[in-house]
Amino acid sequence: MVSERLAIIASKGTLDMALPPLILASTAASLGIETAVFFTFYGLNIIHKEKMKKLKLAPLGNPAMPMAFPPSVKNTPVLGQIAGLMEAVFPGPPQIMGVIPGMTDFMTAMMNKTMKDHGIADVPQLIELCKEAEVKLIPCQMTMEFFGYKQEDLIDGLEPPAGAATFIQYVLEADKPMIIFV
Amino acid sequence: MASVTADKTLDTSGLNCPLPVLKTKKALEELQAGQVLEVISTDPGSKADIPAFCQRTGHELIETVEEGGKYIFYIRKKG
Repeated sequence: MVSERLAIIASKGTLDMALPPLILASTAASLGIETAVFFTFYGLNIIHKEKMKKLKLAPLGNPAMPMAFPPSVKNTPVLGQIAGLMEAVFPGPPQIMGVIPGMTDFMTAMMNKTMKDHGIADVPQLIELCKEAEVKLIPCQMTMEFFGYKQEDLIDGLEPPAGAATFIQYVLEADKPMIIFV
Repeated sequence: MASVTADKTLDTSGLNCPLPVLKTKKALEELQAGQVLEVISTDPGSKADIPAFCQRTGHELIETVEEGGKYIFYIRKKG
């Protein structure tokens, strides 16, 4: 049988950039494809015991982000009216509001709420699903040292830390290798 | 109404991509070859994703029913 390997490189540590690699990896593995995620640079935070629970969504420098309140907030009596008012004042992406202290946490809370309302799994849940589906989770050796992360700072159930050459070799060994960079 | 009877039902109502597919895979693992799993989903994406999952994994998608915002799939586990 022809061997297939899908490798996903997770290099970003924000909440929005943590979800795509985990969703793709868990799905690919459940379709029967041998799948690995290589966590490098800020992507290491996705598998950091503490940091994975508080990944944030940055409104600053993210022009695609609308001022979106989750439906559950909009339907709440007083909060909903405040939300409606804010959306009326700032109909477009409120780039300037990103500099207000606390805005990143506020946006992150809104994102988490919206995800929950829509039945989207959070990062720790998706990591568990990846493990269940036997996705190989590989931390990047070099960036671990760069950030000063030790093995015990990262979650359990990971593959041994690997370098770029090991990872590339692992992927290209397959008859049909695929790489996705996130 | 579907013309097949299911050996097991999986309700993924309210869950979104990729959970319906992942839960379907897990539920199928608990069945014997030839048994039928009924999957209920409210995720519009599952309309294409569940058939793609079946095509890829070789399980047989016997029937798809769409009623009242719900998608119901009948999948026979491959032998």
